[in-house]
Amino acid sequence: MTDAAAVRSLTKELLAAHPPATTDRTDFLKARFDAGLAWVHYPVGLGGLGAPRSLQAVVDAELAAAGAPDNDPRRIGIGLGMAAPTILRFGTDEQKQRLLRPLWVGEEVWCQLFSEPGAGSDLAALGTRAVRDGDTWVVDGQKVWTSSAHVARWAILIARTDPTLPKHQGITYFVCDMTDPGVEVRPLRQITGEAEFNEVFLTGVRIPDSRRLGAVGEGWKVAQTTLMNERVSIGGSRIPREGGMIGPVARTWRERPGLRTHDLHQRLLDLWVEAEVARLAGERLRQQLVAGQPGPEGSGMKLAFARLNQEISGLEVELRGEEGLLYDDWTMRRPELVDFTGRDAGYRYLRSKGNSIEGGTSEVLLNIVAERVLGLPSEPRSDKDIAWKDLAR
Amino acid sequence: MTDLLYSEAEDDLRAAVRSLLADRCDAAAVLTRAESDTPYDPRLWASLATEMGLAGLLVPEKLGGQGATHREAAVVLEELGRSVAPAPYLTGAVVAAETLLGCDTEEAAVAELLGALAGGRTVVALAVPLSAAPGADVPRAVRADDGSLGGRITAVADAAAAGVLLVPAEDGLYAVETRAPGVTVESLTPLDLTRPLATVTLDGAPGRRLAGSAAAPVRRGLLAGAGLLASEQLGLAEWCLEEVVRYTRDRKQFNRPVGSFQALKHRMAQLWLEVVSARAAARNAADALATGSEDAPLAVAVAQTYCSRVAVHAAEECVQLHGGIGMTWEHPAHLYLKRAKADSIALGAPGRHTQAVAELVDLPAPR
Repeated sequence: MTDAAAVRSLTKELLAAHPPATTDRTDFLKARFDAGLAWVHYPVGLGGLGAPRSLQAVVDAELAAAGAPDNDPRRIGIGLGMAAPTILRFGTDEQKQRLLRPLWVGEEVWCQLFSEPGAGSDLAALGTRAVRDGDTWVVDGQKVWTSSAHVARWAILIARTDPTLPKHQGITYFVCDMTDPGVEVRPLRQITGEAEFNEVFLTGVRIPDSRRLGAVGEGWKVAQTTLMNERVSIGGSRIPREGGMIGPVARTWRERPGLRTHDLHQRLLDLWVEAEVARLAGERLRQQLVAGQPGPEGSGMKLAFARLNQEISGLEVELRGEEGLLYDDWTMRRPELVDFTGRDAGYRYLRSKGNSIEGGTSEVLLNIVAERVLGLPSEPRSDKDIAWKDLAR
Repeated sequence: MTDLLYSEAEDDLRAAVRSLLADRCDAAAVLTRAESDTPYDPRLWASLATEMGLAGLLVPEKLGGQGATHREAAVVLEELGRSVAPAPYLTGAVVAAETLLGCDTEEAAVAELLGALAGGRTVVALAVPLSAAPGADVPRAVRADDGSLGGRITAVADAAAAGVLLVPAEDGLYAVETRAPGVTVESLTPLDLTRPLATVTLDGAPGRRLAGSAAAPVRRGLLAGAGLLASEQLGLAEWCLEEVVRYTRDRKQFNRPVGSFQALKHRMAQLWLEVVSARAAARNAADALATGSEDAPLAVAVAQTYCSRVAVHAAEECVQLHGGIGMTWEHPAHLYLKRAKADSIALGAPGRHTQAVAELVDLPAPR
């Protein structure tokens, strides 16, 4: 029986054997993984203890108190949040042994090759082809919106293996080695001037069949695990009042009376109230999760924050008047981490336009809420039962 | 941080109130009652107030009440909102009770009246216009001359059902029996048929003084009222959403349920998001009032600003997405629209509360 006390004592043993002050960061993380304290809900031997997920907080608190290094989860979010749960569920023993440790430690960065220029909201329409050639698959196609592709060692990839079947069938899920010949990564510059994302061109890339995840033709089902896990992390921490984008604009209002107008005042107050209510709704969701009563409210929070971020940052540009005419820097950069609030109002305004597109457009999310939460009937569909190759494009 | 969830006891209370209202206060009954001479169902009120003991939720046990908190009263109001029940609960069990609790409860006159209110024996209403916001100047319409009151107060909610009115005057707060000589309660034609309004005229009416100054007790009554009105608005919005989802799932045009059209379902999904948010805002206000938090005035102002709009939006969408049937007298949607619109003005229109937010969080208007 693994309980909080047992987990705490294992953590103390780890700290005693590998004092953070004198241990190399990567060595410490490897030792932590091997002690089963990386993600305690994972199986023994794969960085976990087969313990309840809730016990992770005990480990994290002990390690933080001892000043131990973490694995910089923001940098390896796709690996931790999407690739790992999929490998755990569908991978072979060999794949799990080879891939999970360097993934968690951060030695190998992961990216995701899902979206395509012709398959955005309709991801299942993807057209990247994988053709079998003995024990390998030959992959040709183009992927887009791939963050970290330029630093990634591995990618999770979905490709079409049978174009004669309806689109949800005939997709297969692979692990792609980003260092293979035929993988070309080009930065994709956005309206902010930066390139957070990449386009990835796959030309005759050979993937051994041993790097397939799940059965041939089962890729859509496997991808659901990946996408489901994308949403789990929402609603984790408590946000203070004025903690989001409303904070900078409220401070500007207080500090610079000369910018105030009546019209802006009304709009600022409306948005302040909406931001406060969205914060409370997020807090209520968090309390529900802590109490073990998760509700469907989570699906709505992204919708709310996308709209608020856009409206608040738009107001902020206007409030700044003459300064709103300027932009801090159009230099093309390739940031490793997305920064939603660190730059000027103009940047926030432009970046937040992506909030209602990335991770499911607001229009698609409204459909999901309407159909899965409210139980409204779906639109009649013409694409479910015809071969992928016959779809309109 | 405030507790934004519902406790088990609160869930049980909700179930009991809902089941009573389902039995005794369906839409047809509300409509018939609203068109009659006695907009209240005295038997329904007796069940709610006395048998279930809900009139005295906010009143301490030693004063004859239940000693519960604003959290429980908020749950009752959610249910009353869901069924647009014509019952003097918000006005009596919340605003009037809190106003009395803001007086010196050691005074016999105050304690007696609280006991009668809590036991459901007397309906008490605060004689200010329903639109009065917390913190607004108490209307100085009433003169007091040695316990004899004169003046006129308009748009007083539930005055016709009340046995006793709490009347703010220049030199204090008075209790006035509605049957006393010199008291006239004249019914008005309200937009919201389920919350009757009246003009109260006092002409040498005898009053019993309850407090030397009306300002603080009245502010307390109106603050609690505004905070818990948000829960009524939540319940109302929730009914509108559920009803319109149910209807558009069934209603077929163009050989399919109209609820399958994205043009409609996106509007309902948006409304759902607003209702989810309104719940967080309303629970936050109820909890802040219950714990006597310093943040209560802000929590109330935020909840009122937000929930007023959500309730009106929900009721307007409910009418529109029902199509023609939503415009009929027969369908209950109009009862919700009228209540929602009147509620948005009640206890301070949203603009008043937004102004309060501006002051409380230091976002001043341009000079």
